[in-house]
Amino acid sequence: MSTIVTLPDQETARLPKLSYLNSEYGLKSWLLTGDHKRIAMLYLFSITFFFFIGGAFAGLIRLELLTPLPDLVASDTYNKLFTMHGVIMIFLFLVPSVPATVGNFVIPIMVGAKDLAFPKINLLSWYLYVAGATFLVFALVTGGVDTGWTFTTPLSTHYLNTHVITAAMGVFIAGFSSIFTGLNFIVTIHRMRCPGMTWFRLPLFCWSNYAASILMVLGTPVLAITLVLVMLERTIGIGVFDPTKGGDPLLFQHLFWFYSHPAVYIMILPGMGVISEVISTFSRKRVFGYTAVAFSSVAIAVFGFFVWAHHMFIMGVSNYSALVFSLLTMLVAVPSAIKIFNWSATLYKGSITFETPMLYAFGFMGLFTIGGLTGVFLGSLGMDIHLTETYFIVAHFHFVMVGGMLMAYLSGVHFWWPKMTGRMYPESMSQLSAVTTFIGFILTFFPQFIVGYLGMPRRYHAYPPEFQVLNVLSTAGATVLGIGYLLPMLYMPWSLKYGKIAGSNPWQATGLEWQIQSPPLTENFVDIPIMDHEAYDYDWLAHQTEHEVTTVG
Amino acid sequence: MDSHAIATEHGEHELHDEAHPAYLRHHFVTVDQQRETASFGMWLFLLTEIMFFGGLFMAYLLYRNWYYDAFVASSNTLGIGLGTTNTAVLIMSSFTMAMGVYSAETRNRKGLMTSLSLTILLGLVFLGIKTIEYHDKYTEHHIPGASFSVEDFVHPTDKRDVPLAPDMAQHAQLFFFLYFAMTGMHALHMIIGISILFVLLFQAYHGAYVNGHTSTIDNFGLYWHFVDIVWIFLFPLLYLISRHPLK
Amino acid sequence: MHISPVLWQFLVRWLTNSALFPPEASAISPQMDAFYFFLCAISAVGLIAVGILVFGFSIMYRKEKNPVATQIEGSTLLEATWTIIPLALFMICFVWGALLYFRIYDPPTNAMNIYIVGKQWMWKAEHPGGQHEIDSLHIPINRQVQLTMISMDVFHSFSIPAFRVKREVIPGRYSTVWFEATATGTYHLFCTQYCGTDHSAMIGEIVAMTPEDYQKWASGSTSGASLAQNGERLFASLGCNSCHSGEATARGPNLAQVYGSQLQLVDGSTVTANDAFLRETILNPSTRVTAGYAPIMPTYQGQVSEEGLIDLVEYIKNLNSNYRIQQTLTASQLSPGQGGASTSGSSSPAMNDRPQQTLGAGQGRPAKAGKTAPSVPGTVNQ
Repeated sequence: MSTIVTLPDQETARLPKLSYLNSEYGLKSWLLTGDHKRIAMLYLFSITFFFFIGGAFAGLIRLELLTPLPDLVASDTYNKLFTMHGVIMIFLFLVPSVPATVGNFVIPIMVGAKDLAFPKINLLSWYLYVAGATFLVFALVTGGVDTGWTFTTPLSTHYLNTHVITAAMGVFIAGFSSIFTGLNFIVTIHRMRCPGMTWFRLPLFCWSNYAASILMVLGTPVLAITLVLVMLERTIGIGVFDPTKGGDPLLFQHLFWFYSHPAVYIMILPGMGVISEVISTFSRKRVFGYTAVAFSSVAIAVFGFFVWAHHMFIMGVSNYSALVFSLLTMLVAVPSAIKIFNWSATLYKGSITFETPMLYAFGFMGLFTIGGLTGVFLGSLGMDIHLTETYFIVAHFHFVMVGGMLMAYLSGVHFWWPKMTGRMYPESMSQLSAVTTFIGFILTFFPQFIVGYLGMPRRYHAYPPEFQVLNVLSTAGATVLGIGYLLPMLYMPWSLKYGKIAGSNPWQATGLEWQIQSPPLTENFVDIPIMDHEAYDYDWLAHQTEHEVTTVG
Repeated sequence: MDSHAIATEHGEHELHDEAHPAYLRHHFVTVDQQRETASFGMWLFLLTEIMFFGGLFMAYLLYRNWYYDAFVASSNTLGIGLGTTNTAVLIMSSFTMAMGVYSAETRNRKGLMTSLSLTILLGLVFLGIKTIEYHDKYTEHHIPGASFSVEDFVHPTDKRDVPLAPDMAQHAQLFFFLYFAMTGMHALHMIIGISILFVLLFQAYHGAYVNGHTSTIDNFGLYWHFVDIVWIFLFPLLYLISRHPLK
Repeated sequence: MHISPVLWQFLVRWLTNSALFPPEASAISPQMDAFYFFLCAISAVGLIAVGILVFGFSIMYRKEKNPVATQIEGSTLLEATWTIIPLALFMICFVWGALLYFRIYDPPTNAMNIYIVGKQWMWKAEHPGGQHEIDSLHIPINRQVQLTMISMDVFHSFSIPAFRVKREVIPGRYSTVWFEATATGTYHLFCTQYCGTDHSAMIGEIVAMTPEDYQKWASGSTSGASLAQNGERLFASLGCNSCHSGEATARGPNLAQVYGSQLQLVDGSTVTANDAFLRETILNPSTRVTAGYAPIMPTYQGQVSEEGLIDLVEYIKNLNSNYRIQQTLTASQLSPGQGGASTSGSSSPAMNDRPQQTLGAGQGRPAKAGKTAPSVPGTVNQ
């Protein structure tokens, strides 16, 4: 199969003498860095670590669910497993995944700046992440928390004696990490664009992250104050959410979902940005309908703020407010559909190759489409009555978050790996991983749609025996999926030492980040560039290639 | 090499000159860019703070609607004199802060230090009065929780107050919870602000901010004014509305 | 929606036996499944469309076949097309879903009412006739059944997959759901809202029976006193009748036939006296004072359980006339201070003169003159 990969002559190629990786040495230079690229690497290391902890919990959950009886772990332990799986995966992995690693690394370069607007705040973001994660780990090792990631009151405030406050504190602190990252991105994209870089010349990755950053900045503080109220309620017990003391448990639901719905768009939008870049690069074409995709990102962010009560359709909101939220949910589904079609149309008359990032992107297209469409099932009021709180929901959000977002994240990491490290990962291993992940994913989560329609509730430790076959299928798939995720852990570190030297532009891509050395200098650019061409301008690139020097060192 | 592949701006070679003073961070091209970026960042941060306080305002809105009588009666127990004094103090401190910004911009070191000191002083007065108010609530058994007493609401001493039924009087605890949560969160922001003011004062003593780089003072001024504005919302909502006794 | 009944039956049987669908055991199940088919169909169409585009273009325009890409800016027409068509399809889903939702959550007027109380980690079903069940619910088929539900502690959710209904069971307020079972059998009952340690054990059975079998079951399972009768005892033991005595000079409004009526409150608003209103008034009376009366009713928060509240609501629902209240007054043998709550400070003088009478006149129970009444179901002592 042909490829667009263009590497320098491996006999003579060396990594650049000076780059952000070797400009300074020592632990202090990493832990006190202001360099957005080093901070991105710090994040990459941390979130990978937590991904595997969350993944281990998922493995245990699936192992328990092999049999209908609660025979592997005690009920309380199981409840802690799915709670910690959710909390870690959402707050410590998915929310920071693309923005904090790939976004941090690439956005300043994409806009033509030498760093993000506020480098010290960027570092503070990472420390807040670590602090929040530490609280969560502390909660974990001292006995765990079993509220569910949704911290539903009054269960979490009055009926559990696990480490709820510690866990809530961890999420609270990690939330500020997210807020500051979003703040940094918004200001950077507004104020640090190089001369000639108009809004509509920005790569779509910037648009998507910008939209996600709006959500981070406006939504996360509401989660923060909600958690403060839960923590106060647990300590003082006034009854702000307790009906026996005049409080309203539904108030918590509204406040919580006001953030947590935009949160899912915070998670998916940066992934969509990756897909735009990858599909463009591997079809050698500008993205079809650039303006539509850009505005769709912002539309998803805006509409995303107005649909939160679709998580509460059966909880006693009035029929009429349910009607309004269902209508808005249908509206928020449309921009995502537009994007999928635009990406598909980008392939038309392109020149397509199937390197690993593209394989992950195709996986995203299929799985996100399924996940998104099942969202329409859930947004339809009547259907939601039967499907909500069952495994159908579990399948839906895993399709969009894992089949969608995680695949997009892996696509992005593979795509920008040569830029971040200067080395290529081994192509056949990575393609094998991508395919394994895809197959494993479908095997794991598709049966869950079926068992959900059959009525199997979520967060169940034991279940009626007639659901076993589907659960066994799901666990079997999880094994395959696990292998798919473990393989990169092997070949990526391997590539750091043995991977081929990538050169500045192995993919022949158009972004500014591909016109500088790999890995980049600490200051990215010696001189601030002037942008004189449109985004995804492959004709411009063709002219550049004539002048380009491919030896590095 | 790398950046020759793309058109670039001609870079300055002098280390520091008029266009590149010492305080220009390396990732900014001009001083203007740096200043505008910092300002934008602070405005955006204040927007997040609005969302942060928003949740508490939402809870207040809901429960005031549900337990109107209890909320009105509780509100009436807050000292209007102390509250108004505090409001005046805070507005005054915003004025002194604005004077500080002006002093920084006109390179007036003494003026800046005086303004910052006055702002700190007024901030501390505000917190002091708040402490007195909190103490009053404590002695009146209005702090929600075990020590709360419904006596003042079931058998009010003031003839203008309508006595509440015991179950409604219990809901007064919700008012006080929100009162302490909202003013407490506000006070926390003030404490953080005053702490930063001390740092700024120390830096100003050593000559910072009056050399053309007023960004820090400008942006802290924004923060301080925001904290003031939050109080301008809290004061009427908690102290003033429905001040007249119930008919 | 007119598929050949033969084809429909075949589909249903095949799908049910393939274990892809739960049994269709209620009147709404086929409607839910029809909608599900539609959603699956448009999803399949959407997925296949995207799949064809992606696969097709990948193959047609792979690098070997098409070495040079053609740069295309976009097409407003295409954007409009793939905006409007999905939007139209989603709007159909919205309307259909909304209709189904209203059908399920707007209870019919003559439904048979059963109360459900959820608590960690069990379901209690209370039939008005006095049948009490734990973790099971017997219902007749071909009869509209409404469930009025409340939780005693945390959020739960009452789910019957075979009937395609589910509703959150919330602490502090009633929620309702209704269904009409169409096929006899035993079906799963699940709690679907995570509620703590034994959430997965909070399951039970829905037993749908023919009307005759249901009658037999009902008469064999009753505890002897209907919910309304329990409510009557509570009404007396809690001292409600001291103010709500039905007399013209009474301190509290007359409760005869108050259920379902429109009430004017002191703040000028008009409310319907439904289950939720009655429950709320017992717990938070000062927020709902009827016009013309003083706010002197004490709160019973903490003194009566949710089951007790249900009993009281049932009792009030069945109060047809003042005569009934008089009967309750005379049937009571409790003197003030014994059992239940007292009114705010003062004992009701009228009760002191009450002659001792048998409890529940006409039920043939031995008189218990002089002794404290047995603890009444519904008070918190139990």
